[in-house]
Amino acid sequence: MWKYANPKRFMEISSPAIPWAAGLTLVCLVVGLVWGFFFTPDDYKQGSTVKIIYLHVPSAMMAINTWVMMLAASLIWIVRRHHVSALAAKAAAPVGLTFTLVALVTGALWGQPMWGTWWAWEPRLTSFLILTLFYFGYIALWSAVEDPDTAADLTAILCLVGSVFALLSRYAVNFWNQGLHQGATLSLDAEENIADVFWYPLLVCIAGFVLLFVTLVLMRTRTEIRARRLQALLARERFA
Amino acid sequence: MPDLGEYAFAVLASYAASLVLVAGLVVLSLWQRARIKRALAAVEARQGRVDG
Amino acid sequence: MRALLLRDLQLAIRSGGGFGLGLAFFFLLTVLVPLGVGPEGGTLGRIAPGILWVGALLACLLSLDRIFALDFEDGSLDLIATAPIPLEGAVAVKALAHWLVTGLPLTLVAPALAVLLSLPPAGYGWLVVSLLIGTPALSVIGAFGAALVVGVRRGGLLLSLLVLPLYVPTLIFGAEVVRRGAEGMALATPLALLAAISLGAAAVLPFAAAGALRVNLR
Repeated sequence: MWKYANPKRFMEISSPAIPWAAGLTLVCLVVGLVWGFFFTPDDYKQGSTVKIIYLHVPSAMMAINTWVMMLAASLIWIVRRHHVSALAAKAAAPVGLTFTLVALVTGALWGQPMWGTWWAWEPRLTSFLILTLFYFGYIALWSAVEDPDTAADLTAILCLVGSVFALLSRYAVNFWNQGLHQGATLSLDAEENIADVFWYPLLVCIAGFVLLFVTLVLMRTRTEIRARRLQALLARERFA
Repeated sequence: MPDLGEYAFAVLASYAASLVLVAGLVVLSLWQRARIKRALAAVEARQGRVDG
Repeated sequence: MRALLLRDLQLAIRSGGGFGLGLAFFFLLTVLVPLGVGPEGGTLGRIAPGILWVGALLACLLSLDRIFALDFEDGSLDLIATAPIPLEGAVAVKALAHWLVTGLPLTLVAPALAVLLSLPPAGYGWLVVSLLIGTPALSVIGAFGAALVVGVRRGGLLLSLLVLPLYVPTLIFGAEVVRRGAEGMALATPLALLAAISLGAAAVLPFAAAGALRVNLR
């Protein structure tokens, strides 16, 4: 895998990969969503809102997985100093943020008919709200620091420390929510005992979201690599 | 369109919002890509001329 | 290291801006919240733990960028980094200084402000305990954030954006201790978790902060 670490090599390998990834993404998303939306029944408990799982569950999964990928990429940068790794983490952040927002919005809309309010401080939603803040902070730090390598180092450290606190927050929020009201908080965990008729289209949608992540991160990393080269060339001009 | 019943708004709004967010990200990423490609090509052309 | 501590303490108290500002802000918040929420004692009493903790949190935030920024600008941070004491130790000392000047005074003043917010009597002791245990975490986490943004000009807002999410666990458990104490419920769990976060942060974050400082001093 380390042969991808060289920026030039990464560009060569990713170039033909992206059209394939994009194509597969489209296929999976269209098939999965159309299947789920048009060809599945309503849930006896949740009515037609069950159709929201095809968006909510994959995006929630990818919101977390993106952060995990950023964490891994940050570690690789700190340990092995592969620039592609640092840039991949930078590229992935807005993707993860978008997934988090999708998870939040769909989660809130799903809960609205059940809870009667547009927002409820339910543990899952609250954790995703906090995750949004972590994403914002990470992206902001990249933007604020001028020197690219310094930015890479600082954001990597932030990602590491942030991951620990994100986990702590998740636990704290669960704890926090218990004490509030006795009212049942509707669990949005549709993964438990989900019937096959919902499960298969959901799988396709999950695959679609994973592929969407891959396509976007590959594309965005390539843009970051080009941007870095651009900065180097401009610096050369300034000092020539 | 399947009969979404009383939950039509929640379901449709979810799909609409998700589409907007994801499409926005894709458009942004494509735009950033194009912008950087253009700028890089311009600088490389300039420097290509200078280096000879 | 003691010399560094004394120096930082003297600087904080002497320069005027640092010391009283946090306390004044804390007081201001305690006055503003009832004005915004309404004077009804029952309501205020219920949200008092949260208000006091959020207030302490925000007040700590105010003086965070001073931890490293001044030294960074005039070059003393380079000297500290190359001094015989480990940079991690310097970070810990600076966090301690911040706590002594910000967190500790807040803790001592909090009961008086709790009166304004109609905190139930049983909560006062736990208010002080939770702040005493929790504010060191705020200082250490804040020092880490300050180390990250020390090279960024006008980094105050960015600092808040980075640090406040990190404050969430401490806030949740700290406020929970006070709330449960006020209602006479069992609070061993949040108290233990609060202490664990403070200890863990104090043990680990100086290393992360020192790493960030070294990056910024390159």
